[in-house]
Amino acid sequence: MNIIVCAKQVVDVAEIKVDPATRKPILAGVPQKISDMDKNALEEAIKIKEKHGGKITVVTVGAPDAKERIKELLAMGADEAILVAQPAQVDYHMIAHLLAGAIQKLGAYDIILCGEASIDMFSGQIGPRLAGLLHIPQITYAQQMTVEPSMVVSEKNLGEKSITMESSFPVLLTVTKESNQPRLPSLMAILASSSKPIHEWSVADVTSQTLQPKVQTLDVKGIPMQRKNIIYQDDLDQSVGKLVDELAKVGVLR
Amino acid sequence: MVLVYSDDPKLVYELLHTARDLAKELTEKTIAVAIGSDKHAKDYLEYGADVVIVAQTTQQQFKAEEYTSILLSILKDQRNEVVLIGSNKNGKELASRLAAELDAGCVIDATAVYLQEKKLTTERVVYSGNAIAVEQFMGSPQIVTIPPKVFDPLPKNPDHKGEIIKKTIDPEQSASKILKVQEMKSEGVKRQDAQIIVSCGRGFKKKEDIKLVSELADVLKGRTVGCSRPIAADLKWLSEDHWIGLSGHKVKPKLYVACGISGQIQHIAGMRDSGVIVAINKDPEALIFKSADYGIVGDLYEVLPKLTSAIKEKIG
Repeated sequence: MNIIVCAKQVVDVAEIKVDPATRKPILAGVPQKISDMDKNALEEAIKIKEKHGGKITVVTVGAPDAKERIKELLAMGADEAILVAQPAQVDYHMIAHLLAGAIQKLGAYDIILCGEASIDMFSGQIGPRLAGLLHIPQITYAQQMTVEPSMVVSEKNLGEKSITMESSFPVLLTVTKESNQPRLPSLMAILASSSKPIHEWSVADVTSQTLQPKVQTLDVKGIPMQRKNIIYQDDLDQSVGKLVDELAKVGVLR
Repeated sequence: MVLVYSDDPKLVYELLHTARDLAKELTEKTIAVAIGSDKHAKDYLEYGADVVIVAQTTQQQFKAEEYTSILLSILKDQRNEVVLIGSNKNGKELASRLAAELDAGCVIDATAVYLQEKKLTTERVVYSGNAIAVEQFMGSPQIVTIPPKVFDPLPKNPDHKGEIIKKTIDPEQSASKILKVQEMKSEGVKRQDAQIIVSCGRGFKKKEDIKLVSELADVLKGRTVGCSRPIAADLKWLSEDHWIGLSGHKVKPKLYVACGISGQIQHIAGMRDSGVIVAINKDPEALIFKSADYGIVGDLYEVLPKLTSAIKEKIG
């Protein structure tokens, strides 16, 4: 079975600090990692390979330093990786075309797995866009999946509803963070992964189209968060008393 | 034209407000699309649509591929300027696939949509609730999804008349199919509409202890309990409809009480618009205090019973 996993290198959002003066996020120096749900996607791919055999190829559009993060995915269990050089200005439209181009160049595939969204931007556009460009069915927010030799049955989580879907191959699924617990590679696996190939492709290698962004980012601004920050930490009874008085005064105890 | 679609009629009412504003500035028409049923077509007119297109189709349930195909066949007859789609999970995957088919730009979960130098500009929350990205479209069509509660609907106007066009559409069939639809276990409380929410996090040692939170919620007459990700997603002590945060529900109550919640940015993103925020946590360094109006540093097993009885006494 040929399985493709799309992965993105992102800033670790949990490590982002906010500039107290401008309230803008400080992104310089924030560690990079593979987006969480992309690892869930790879974990699903590994489980499918364990059951049916086959090959797992990771496809990434990113900066050259993404290579370091991709090694982690090879250590987890991917067989090889493609890193497509990311143009200076990109949007979801361009990334989806670059991924689609790389996947078509790789040849026949059965299943494409993506994270439901990336933890930095959380749009979730790439999976459905890619399925649209490749004209294949999409099953988003997959919480659980059972793969048979020629089809997949998957449960998608819509919060108030759960929908069970079936699709033949090729198919694209996006997986949620709850779908599984991505494995940690053993030291042996890390050592063994150094011989697995990471192919670096240029934009011209994957598409003959001249891609231009359809959406540009004008600014990334801070979020004003003005809170009173009145914290009581002395005697507990007094603290509770003061809090209740304040809440009554601001009119929320009715 | 400015086209509006959602599978949730309430979201269509809300989106029609901003659609009308944009249409006026662009001197365009506002078109609402209903798929499968004309039940709400008249309502759409009264909430501000100039035209309602009812797609009559064999596809009864939402499926991204077929619904994309239906919207494509509607859009090909129109000069498609702006497409606004309600941002629930169905809407997001539909908008993204539609964007790919049209080779169009798309912004998901916009909280502001306006024209700047005649160009469609949007704002949305990024970096786990730490920043707002201001983005601008270059060229048409332009697809934007907007979450619930961002806009209020215009007052319903029974005198606002318009045209209802019925169109039979046989969408291209995808190779996937729906086998089963199951309602998830829910206690039927609409967290998005709650006025007072008391929420719990990892500070609780076991499932039974959550009753401390419901007792407080009861005296506050809120009766609404929320929680952070670990309680719903990992420990499963509460069903997922309690989960408040970036990938759970976003809430805007007048009072939000966070008990034993550390204040991860993902959680803050779900409750930052609350009126008054109260935090209870034993760690004085907990991030939640930075986002709170009032806080008590203390063991929630001691604080909550005292707070519950003090409030009971105060409001009788």
